[in-house]
Amino acid sequence: MTRTAEAPVGTGRGVAVEFRALRRSYGATHALDGLDLALRPGELLALLGPSGCGKTTALRLLAGFDSPTSGQVLIGDRDVTGVPAAKRDTGMVFQAYSLFPTMTAAENVAFGLRMRRVGAAERTRRAAELLEVVGLGNRAGSYPHEMSGGQQQRVALARALAVSPSVLLLDEPLSALDARVRVQLRDEIRRVQLAEGITTLFVTHDQAEALAVADRVAVLNAGKLEQVGTPQEVYGSPATDFVAEFVGTTNHVPAADGRITPGAPTLQVRPEGLAVGTPDGLAATVLTSTFLGPVTRLVLTTEVGELVVDATSRPGLPGIGDTTTVALTQ
Amino acid sequence: MRGRRWRVVVLTLAALYFLVPLLSAAEFSLRTPGGGYGFGNYLAIVRDEVLFTSLLTSLQIAVFTAVLVLALVVPTAVWVRLRFPAVAGLLESATILPIVVPPVVMAAGIAFVQANLGGPVFRTLFASSTTALTPFYVVLALPFAYRAVDNGLAAIPLRTLVEAARNLGASTATALVRVVLPTIRSAVLGAAFLTLALVLGEIVIARILLYTDTFPIAVVEVGRSAAGVSVALSLASLLFTWVLLMAVSFAGGRRSRKASS
Repeated sequence: MTRTAEAPVGTGRGVAVEFRALRRSYGATHALDGLDLALRPGELLALLGPSGCGKTTALRLLAGFDSPTSGQVLIGDRDVTGVPAAKRDTGMVFQAYSLFPTMTAAENVAFGLRMRRVGAAERTRRAAELLEVVGLGNRAGSYPHEMSGGQQQRVALARALAVSPSVLLLDEPLSALDARVRVQLRDEIRRVQLAEGITTLFVTHDQAEALAVADRVAVLNAGKLEQVGTPQEVYGSPATDFVAEFVGTTNHVPAADGRITPGAPTLQVRPEGLAVGTPDGLAATVLTSTFLGPVTRLVLTTEVGELVVDATSRPGLPGIGDTTTVALTQ
Repeated sequence: MRGRRWRVVVLTLAALYFLVPLLSAAEFSLRTPGGGYGFGNYLAIVRDEVLFTSLLTSLQIAVFTAVLVLALVVPTAVWVRLRFPAVAGLLESATILPIVVPPVVMAAGIAFVQANLGGPVFRTLFASSTTALTPFYVVLALPFAYRAVDNGLAAIPLRTLVEAARNLGASTATALVRVVLPTIRSAVLGAAFLTLALVLGEIVIARILLYTDTFPIAVVEVGRSAAGVSVALSLASLLFTWVLLMAVSFAGGRRSRKASS
């Protein structure tokens, strides 16, 4: 999780957001099956789940692009369930291609202010200010097609923030970008969000992204909430098997007295919770070995099944086909 | 190397196919009765009062038709794409109907309607060619306009753009006018030009309904008495449309050049 020292969470702008028993059904299928979830003022909550889990539905219900079958959406203390999208006071960043193609970056950012009948001079000033915030002060006159995907998403972020919304909605804003830009913009979004102190719902299917930027992570599966907690809680003590599988990689290890014991009750162990080459470990054969930089990921075959181990990269690690031993660390 | 030679051959053939008739027509229109060449036929167009007023009438019909067609087609196409993508195919085949029905059959049907509809409203409507023909031309132009506009919409992330605009406080109507319409500008202009071309060339319905003061009918009439003038007129209207197209694409081009500076 990225922390920025000078910008504490919740600098006054943020309001609480709440989903109450929210249900959205399409015929017999429930995209959302009774979601109860509250966002604290000024926090960034990541809504994490596989595609089709209902996370985007929740976001669209909050934005007002869709109406719930039952339940309520609250922004601050206001029930906005029946309020049209234009009057919800939310700022949204879409997956991609949401900038108005016939308008410059500055005109895009100023669009919301124009809809609110803000004067031309003030619009120009505010647009310039926000483009500066996202590091694009010199691209005010550029059209979307003249900018890279990352720059376009920065403009989209500036545009969403220009109207000083109560809530910022991020709908997988990084998924269309390449890996390097993705990490850069992810941290940028977090920096701006902390500086503005705005309550933010960040929808993503990428668990690394969610763990990296969020104050809290809510894991959604098949329209139901599996777990809400800090990234450390969700990663360290997953509440359900689904969370354990979806967030990070998990081994199901039969263990007793801190040792791998075939037939014992299973324990969920992260790849970094196992070590290879220990003197009294379980016999194992290396199936695959993937160098990931600081760590090397080994997949081992053992008598308790396949185990995934992240070992610190160092000379002398067993290679593919080698026999070794595996044990729980700690 | 062989590819390039083929390209030259195909291009030359295509150029000949288009240019030979045009040049022949130009040559013919420049002939004078005495056997020489001159601009007599072109001057005759300007001097001919009937031709000029008929052109004005047809342009008036064209503008009304284009405005009505676009007002009908743009919101409908957007609405279908946003709300009922499932019926898009059905609507597409429905809009083809005016092409499938032969103009003569359509005109006969319209004549029947015209003869049997009474009342002061319809009598006023059928009194002048502008108000009488515009509704029928709207129907005729519908397939072309719908197709042009729908293709334009297919090329843009419509839903995202509309939702982004609504999220920023715009009503759906405002989103349509401020965001969608400028984005599909060339498609809308294309639809307008197709409508213009259609109205400036439609003869069957106008003639059967006895509205003989439109431009295409005037062209045919002139052609009967003075073939040279008729050909000159065809070339002139072709040139006029071409200049209009150039003017519009130039206006569009200037805007995007301003964009990159």
